[in-house]
Formats: sequence, structure tokens, C-alpha cells
Amino acid sequence: MPALPALELLVFWKHNCATCELALPLVERLHRALTERGLRVRGVSQSASDETAGFVARHGLTFAQLDDSECAASADYEIEVVPSFVLAAPDGTVRMAFEGWVRRDFDALVALAAGELGVGAPAIIRDADGLPEFRPGCGSRTFDPDIARRLEIRRAKTALAARRIEVGDLDDAIELFFAKGLTDGLPIVPPTEGRVMRMLAATPRAPQDVVAVVPPNLVPVTVEKVAINAVMAGCKPEYFPVVLASVEAACDERFNLHGVVATTYFPAPLIIVNGPIRHQIRMNAGHNALGQGNRANATIGRALPLVIRNVGGGRPGEIDKCTLGHPGKYTYCFAENEEANPWEPLHVERGFALQDSTVTLFAGEAPRGVMDQASRTAQSLCESLGRAIESVMHPKLHGLVDAVLVLSPEHARKCAADGWGKAEVRRAIQQATARPLRELLPDERCAEGMPPQLLGLTGDVPEAMLGMPLPKFRTDDQLTIVVAGSNAGMFSAIIGGWVAGEIGSQMVTRKVV
Amino acid sequence: MGTPDDRIVLDPTDERTPIRRTPVARPPRLRGVVGLLDIRKPRGDVFLDRLEQRIRLRTDVEVRRYVKPTFTRPAPIDLRREIATTCDFVIEALAD
Repeated sequence: MPALPALELLVFWKHNCATCELALPLVERLHRALTERGLRVRGVSQSASDETAGFVARHGLTFAQLDDSECAASADYEIEVVPSFVLAAPDGTVRMAFEGWVRRDFDALVALAAGELGVGAPAIIRDADGLPEFRPGCGSRTFDPDIARRLEIRRAKTALAARRIEVGDLDDAIELFFAKGLTDGLPIVPPTEGRVMRMLAATPRAPQDVVAVVPPNLVPVTVEKVAINAVMAGCKPEYFPVVLASVEAACDERFNLHGVVATTYFPAPLIIVNGPIRHQIRMNAGHNALGQGNRANATIGRALPLVIRNVGGGRPGEIDKCTLGHPGKYTYCFAENEEANPWEPLHVERGFALQDSTVTLFAGEAPRGVMDQASRTAQSLCESLGRAIESVMHPKLHGLVDAVLVLSPEHARKCAADGWGKAEVRRAIQQATARPLRELLPDERCAEGMPPQLLGLTGDVPEAMLGMPLPKFRTDDQLTIVVAGSNAGMFSAIIGGWVAGEIGSQMVTRKVV
Repeated sequence: MGTPDDRIVLDPTDERTPIRRTPVARPPRLRGVVGLLDIRKPRGDVFLDRLEQRIRLRTDVEVRRYVKPTFTRPAPIDLRREIATTCDFVIEALAD
């Protein structure tokens, strides 16, 4: 027997196929006739091992059988029918192939093999066999739904580039992620290949597409890496487009994520979701909209900080130098209650179509409540809101910070009932917060206050300027108004920002695609 | 324990290996060019003015002043390069 076979014959088969019952005994004869001349015959069984063993014993097969019960080899050879015959040279070049039982093709294969091996064609088929000229084969098990799904996963797995981490038999993946510092302090969902692939199936984007460059380490993040972190956060695949948009928005230069992460102040990336996607993925914009209880709100809001931590390197105590932080740094996401909003929703105000779905990112501290159950006019209500809003960052610091006002539906209706739009609400709040400069300057009673140099002044402030009224926000549009919450309750929420405008963090809106 | 598929998980990090840098050995005495970087936090300039006064008492030291455009963002790369190529020391005024 030659050290290396000169030719190889692969025969793909399964046990419950009548055509295989017919053909495999002939393959056995061919094996016996030519194996010592350099033909290596191998069966590739798509059946389970016990079924394969039964079939082999029943037909007295002596050539080697390969277990292809998961059909990996069959898929690689694109086998559609069993039996399938593939005659190949040792380098893999296919000399001849056919499927089902075709006597003329089988004879040709025997002649070709013998010819290439330099021997006369052996007589394999006998008249007494009474074989038909042709019999169609059976469908390959690659088309069984379960197998096909697993094959699809196997194909998709090859598109995943991330390093594989093997969890030992006695280890717990959740504990492993804690030990490696890859969580936000809560347990994660282990990002197995299957889970990540299901996440990736929710976007048409290729796994290796770069979504954004993530501060603070300025790392290009791929769709796949976002998917891994989204799995860990507990996202369902249908949330993934929202997560991708939030990563894009957070990494927009205007948002200044580096500063948001690195500052000793409070901000966390708040995600406000608008448009039809809110309903499609069942987000909560009503009862407890800023609170717990909704998977989409909770996990979308958690995925972004995990990306910032694991990919961008924004870990607390390292680049994240926040003095206190707030609970929104775990997750901070809600949907606007557009249906209860008497005005245009946030995304429309920011230039998108009503039917667009968007995420809007804001660098926000924790929400604080404002109660006003007594006001009967928009003017009075805005006076209440203004007094509360003035305390954002510090009551004496005006013109530095921005804020989001989350109006409850009842408060929004109160304003709309007087014919007010968002512009009137903002103006009234600005008026309610306006203080003469002299009350805002640092003084003996309270050393904190407006630094004169922020107003372009050096030295003493001129007397004429001391009476100048300064509202809380440098411009009206630094107060963003959205509507969320349940229909009952005359409470609204203020979410203070960080440093407003170009030098700090600017609100960024991205369409969800 | 889970199925074999659960035993393989994917790395959620950037998979980069950090470059290890060793700090320059601290010179035994202040000499050469000292850069004072104001990061634009309120009153950082007050602190640096005072430092400059103190340093200038030593005639063999040159002081150069630098200012970041804003404390909210990293220093521009050109500024970082200029400081790195010009100064022997840099003192950054961090906070208010």
C-alpha cells in the first residue's frame, strides 16, 4: 500500500436512505478492489454514531467512516443529496463528482480512478445485482431545520473577530467578568457566540464596521464589540439599533464624551428616545419613566456605559474621576411620552421627521423632583419650575450650565391650556430665574458665585452692571423640554447638565437606522 | 454548568495591550525650562502666578506659561508637543 493515497473517494450518506443502502455495498467492493492500488475510500456519515454503526455492520462496510452528524463537512462540500460521490486528488482537486445513484457515472468513476492509478478497471457491478440505471438520492441532512440553523451559526461565527475566552468547567462566567473588571458592578449576561450573533442579526451592518471612536482612549469600536456589550447589558436584539445610535451620538465630538467621563462633576450620558421605535421595542414613557421596571429602558441605558467602560477605558477611579457620580451612571435612558406632549416632540424640534426614530444624548446629573399642585396658570407653574431650576449646579451660578426639564403630562397640559408653547415656557423660566448680577457675585455670605472674568470683566464690576439681570441659562435653548411620565401627578423633573455650549458638552441627536 | 456553547464567551474590551511607559527619572534639582500649564479652571492662574514668582527667584530657571483652551477637553496635540519639546519640567494647575 502506498504511503500516501494517490486518489481519495468521499461518499456522503445517511442511514435512512434507500439509495445509500443500494450504493454503499458497491463502494465497499470498490474499496476492496483498489485500496491497495492507492485509492482511499472514506464514508462521510450524516447519521448519529449508533445509526452509522448499525448501517456499517448491516452492510459489512470496512472502509473508514467519518462522523459528520453536524454536517459541517457536508456543508463545506455543498452536499444537497445523499449519496454523493466526490473523487479527489490528494491536493483536494475534484476529479469527478455525482449524486444519487447513476450507474453510468459510477462506472465512469471506477474507470477514471483505475486509469489514474494505472490499473485496469475492476468489475464492481455484477449482473446478478440487478441494479437500476438510475435512482434519485435523498435530501442531505444539511437541510434539516435544526442542522441548518446550527450551520448558519457556525458560518456566522467565523465573522466574529473578538477574542474567545474559555470559561472553565468549574467557573462561572458571571463571576469571571467581575474578576476581570468588565462589569459596572451588576452581574452581566455572558456574551456567548450564539447571543452575540443573534444581536448582530438585528442590524444590517457588518460585524467589523466601525461605529465610532470611543473616548477616553479613542478606540475604534466595531458593531461586534457594541453587540458583545449589549448582550452583557441584557439587551434584546431588537434594541440593538438604538444602542448603536446611542454609541454614535455619545462619541460625536460635540458631546465631548472625554470630558463627560473624566470630570469630577456628576454627568452621565442620558439617552432620550423618540419616534416609533419606542413602541416597537416597548419602551416606557409613562408611569415611572425615569425609574426601574422596563427592560428596554434599563438595558439600552446600561449598554452605552459598558461600551464606554470596556472599550473606551472610562473606568471609575481611573479616567472617570467623578467625585460622587449618581445612579444614572448604571443606566440612564427613557422614552419621551410624545402622545401626552401637547407640543412637538424633542426629535422634531431638533430637525427630524415625526416618523423618524432618534436618540438624543445629554450629559445629565440625576433627576430632581419639583412639586407644584397648586398653580392654576402657566405663569405660576413656570415660576415654580424656575425657582427649582435655579439651584442646578449652584443657585448663584448662571449662564454656565444647561438642563433638561422633564414635564409631566399634567404640567405640560397646564401650560398648553393657557396657549403656551415651549418657547413661552422657556422664556417664563428664564424670567423667573433672572437675578441682578450683584446677587450672583461671590460675597462674604457665600463665596461661590459668578466669577467676574466669566462676564469678560477684570477687576471690580462697574456699578452700572450690578443691576443687570442674568437668567439661569445663557440662551433659552440651553433649557430642553421633554414630556414623560404618567398622566396623573403634578410633579416634573429637572436634569441638570454640565458645562453648557461648545466648551462643555452639547446635546446630540442621531437617527436610529 | 451550561452547554459547551456557554463555555466560550467573547471579549468585550478593545483587546489592546497598553504601552508601558516609564516616567523620566526625577532630576535632583530644578533647572532649565519650567512650563506652567493653566487648564482654565477658575483661579488656576492665581496659583500659577504665585508659583511663577517663586520660581523666578531662581535665576537659572526659565519659566514659560501655557493655557489649555478649556478644562473640559484634553489639551490640543500641538500644545502637548510644544510643551514636551520645549520644557524640562511642567506644572499643571489642576483645580479651583
